[in-house]
Amino acid sequence: MKKLRRYSGIPFTLFLIVLFSGCASTAGKAFETNESQVKLRSIQTRAFDTTDKKKMMQTVISTMQDLDFVIEKADLMLGSVTGSKFLGYAVVTMTVIVRPRGEKQLLVRVNAQYGVNSVEDPATYQDFFTALEKAIFLTAQQVD
Amino acid sequence: MIIDHRFLKSFIVVFLCIGVIGCAATLPKGFLKPSDDYLQKRVLQMRQYDTTNEEQIITAVAGVLQDLGFILDESETKLGLVSASKKADATNKGQIAGAVFLDILAALGGSKSNATAQCDKSQVVKASVITKLSLDGTKTVVRVTFQRIIWNMSNIISKVETINDPEIYQKFFDGLSKAIFLEAQQI
Repeated sequence: MKKLRRYSGIPFTLFLIVLFSGCASTAGKAFETNESQVKLRSIQTRAFDTTDKKKMMQTVISTMQDLDFVIEKADLMLGSVTGSKFLGYAVVTMTVIVRPRGEKQLLVRVNAQYGVNSVEDPATYQDFFTALEKAIFLTAQQVD
Repeated sequence: MIIDHRFLKSFIVVFLCIGVIGCAATLPKGFLKPSDDYLQKRVLQMRQYDTTNEEQIITAVAGVLQDLGFILDESETKLGLVSASKKADATNKGQIAGAVFLDILAALGGSKSNATAQCDKSQVVKASVITKLSLDGTKTVVRVTFQRIIWNMSNIISKVETINDPEIYQKFFDGLSKAIFLEAQQI
């Protein structure tokens, strides 16, 4: 009976955790990521052996258009391109940033959202980089 | 005592299951892969113009968007981007007539129906135009894409889609050809 008493506290504590976790503010949810910052960057970033930022951005735009994205915003100085596409009832939004890396390379970083979810699946980003590689005739290099 | 242990174990298992389910977001795979018909879409959305004067083309693009009643949202001329949108009516007499008929039938049958509230009411069409020099640098390529969002009578989004109707794209490019001509003549 002693043992029973000792253990009966555990379900009760768990119950309280479940109960009170519901009260937490949802603002924090907007800043949550499942992957670590470093891993997320490596999933979303590739380096290319070119310094022609404008051409890279134009290729990013045409690749996004091939993927059914409608380009909403772009900025040459910042190197950003933002677009969205519809999949059934879901909206996919994507931002690409192109920036120089050293003297000889450009970094391309992509992040996408599917509905209210951030996309953190490596294969999905790889699909985009594969399409981009084909369009610009350069190899996308993994960045450590 | 054994019973208590079992109870506790199963409780923890159930609890873990709930926790794990809560974390897994099920996103579809492969939505950033080009579809099989992406080359056909290029044919639909792209035209080449025999000029290297990008400024002339992008000015004509802005002009034809205005001709079609669009409001400019964003532009970055260094990259040849113009994006615009337009609100429009989306009511369809056939759809409304059908819905009213359904509602009346339901009312006669003694039940309540609100099919008219599901009818399309308004839409926003978004257009995005990109101009750039062709690969050989002798022509200017224009690519336009359209998408639309439709709201129903209860102001709820009822449909989102990319527009793939060749007629709409043709209409845009006919207008663009005219605008290029008109602007060359300073009209």
